Amino acid sequence: MKKIILIATLLSSAAFADKLLINGAGATFPFPIYSKWFSEYNKLHPDVQINYQSIGSGGGIKQITEKTVDFGASDAPMSAEEMGRAAGIQHIPTVMGAVVVVYNVSSISELRLSPETLAGIFLGKITRWNDPTLAKDNPKAKFPDAAITVVHRSDGSGTTSVFTDYLAKVSPEWKAGPGQGKSVNWPTGLGGKGNEGVTGTVKQTDGGIGYVELAYANQNKLTPAELKNHDGAWVKASLESVSAAAGKAEIPDDYRVSITDAPGKDAYPISGFTWLLVYKDQPDAQKGDALVRFLWWAIHDGQKMAAALDYAPLPAPLVRKVEATLKSITVQGKAVLAERK
Amino acid sequence: MTRPRAVEQTPAARANLPDRAWAAVLTVLGLAVLAVAAMIIAELLRVGGPALKHTGLIAFVGNSVWDVTRDVYGALPFIYGTLVTSGVALVLALPVSIGLALFLTEMAPARMRSIVSFPIALLAGIPSVVYGLWGLFVLVPILRNPIEPLLARTHLPIFTGAPIGLGYLAAGVVMAIMILPTITSIAIEVLQTVPGALREAALALGATRWEAIRIAVLPYARAGIVGATMLGLGRALGETMAVTMVIGNSPTIRASLFAPGYSLPAVIANEFAEASGDMQTGALAALGLLLFAVTVLLNIAARVLVRMSRRGPARVAA
Repeated sequence: MKKIILIATLLSSAAFADKLLINGAGATFPFPIYSKWFSEYNKLHPDVQINYQSIGSGGGIKQITEKTVDFGASDAPMSAEEMGRAAGIQHIPTVMGAVVVVYNVSSISELRLSPETLAGIFLGKITRWNDPTLAKDNPKAKFPDAAITVVHRSDGSGTTSVFTDYLAKVSPEWKAGPGQGKSVNWPTGLGGKGNEGVTGTVKQTDGGIGYVELAYANQNKLTPAELKNHDGAWVKASLESVSAAAGKAEIPDDYRVSITDAPGKDAYPISGFTWLLVYKDQPDAQKGDALVRFLWWAIHDGQKMAAALDYAPLPAPLVRKVEATLKSITVQGKAVLAERK
Repeated sequence: MTRPRAVEQTPAARANLPDRAWAAVLTVLGLAVLAVAAMIIAELLRVGGPALKHTGLIAFVGNSVWDVTRDVYGALPFIYGTLVTSGVALVLALPVSIGLALFLTEMAPARMRSIVSFPIALLAGIPSVVYGLWGLFVLVPILRNPIEPLLARTHLPIFTGAPIGLGYLAAGVVMAIMILPTITSIAIEVLQTVPGALREAALALGATRWEAIRIAVLPYARAGIVGATMLGLGRALGETMAVTMVIGNSPTIRASLFAPGYSLPAVIANEFAEASGDMQTGALAALGLLLFAVTVLLNIAARVLVRMSRRGPARVAA
């Protein structure tokens, strides 16, 4: 009998010495940077292992609401209805991304699109490349007399959510029509599955135009269109212009904010955050402690890894704001990071 | 094993324990299949029920607007797309499959049959995502130019509009290639069961080879061929990955086969992962239920067809 107890004690202490396993699930868009973070963090803290399943933002929200994972992740902020079901959830912005407009017109090497023109094209009102509105934005360009083929995402995605959010802000007609969401009722065009499906269809179709994530466009050497931002300046999508979009925007304490069409001369207008979702009061002492410490690392050291993977880092003022939020997260009622400056 | 003449067992022997246990195991296994099907339906009803109630069954099936943002769910474009693409696939695959099966069983030497059967079986084993990628990068450009502009010259209403490449036609062609091996291999099995005496009798009466096939072989095999077709159609209806890559994913109803459309399995695969809110998840589950219903109806139709033309080895299909 004593032997059994001894073995049991040994086993349980062995289990304690084992790795602390933290599980998360959610968005696919930030998966490359998250998996990089988790493996780098594991090198620094071999006792903490973080598992992440990129099952989609919807699935991430569902799982954190049901508390079957320790954290969730989403590309679109949770709706008021979803927040109601997950009392005490906190959004933590981690990195930023952008959506760019790509096109395939052989006679054009540069393209500028004003908000009205972009909305007009995706509403199906501007149907040909030699439309006078396009010529107005691009006085020097020689547009062919060819049909515009709009390509959008067929799968529900955060990319679509950010893109339609922008269109709904700049075009009342879009707002009243298709509206904003992860999948909307497109007035025109073809649906491609994923960024690669949209890119493939645009590349194959003469006169095609579509939208993809900035990271995807960069990695595939696509030249996106320049857009006119809130201040009336023409901007190219770059990590700097994306970070700039969060610079002047007003960020609320729950971070559930859209920064499309943000103010600022350098701000790229179709930018967005991606968030991790955690409970403000962590139920598990060990996991909660490790998770908050990881988040602290992610918004500081982790940001340096973002650019290499084509994500825009959070601007410095926002990092300070997130610091305060992380300090307010408690584990069984006690703040974890109270000692941090 | 110990009783070779099992049919004439006495009541005492029927009480044999291993036999009864064996029978019980088989019964449980048989019922398990039913239970799985019942659980699938129950779960789809549980998840999809609220959305169905919100929309109303008739509006859900009959409405052609699918607007997730406003919680308006009409499945008609998906039903239409599923039926049209499956129809195109069947029209293209059926003559080729039957012709191939007839050639291999009636005309080709036996060695050739085994040589040709192998690549047919191989076609059946290719994953559908590979078919989809092939469709997107190889077939669609060919359809866009020259096939669709050539077809447009016929001025038929089903061949009008801009030749985009992606659309019902592309999905139908890809599906046709995917269901070809299914129909062909079953049709070969069916044709092989036609008694040689029938063929010889027809030839003895002075029929040519084609006449012998027409009056002796095909009528005998008809029921089985119908069954083979239905199995092919079943595969086409449920095809997801390959279809979503080439159909254009646009929830609209158009008469032209060049136009982009959408299908039931494709929309479920596309939207489920990021579905937000119970209503959208529910509507997608209801689409699953609808696909289930279409499949069941089709199977019933197949059985009725087989029964109506039961002359040959009908059991092969049913």
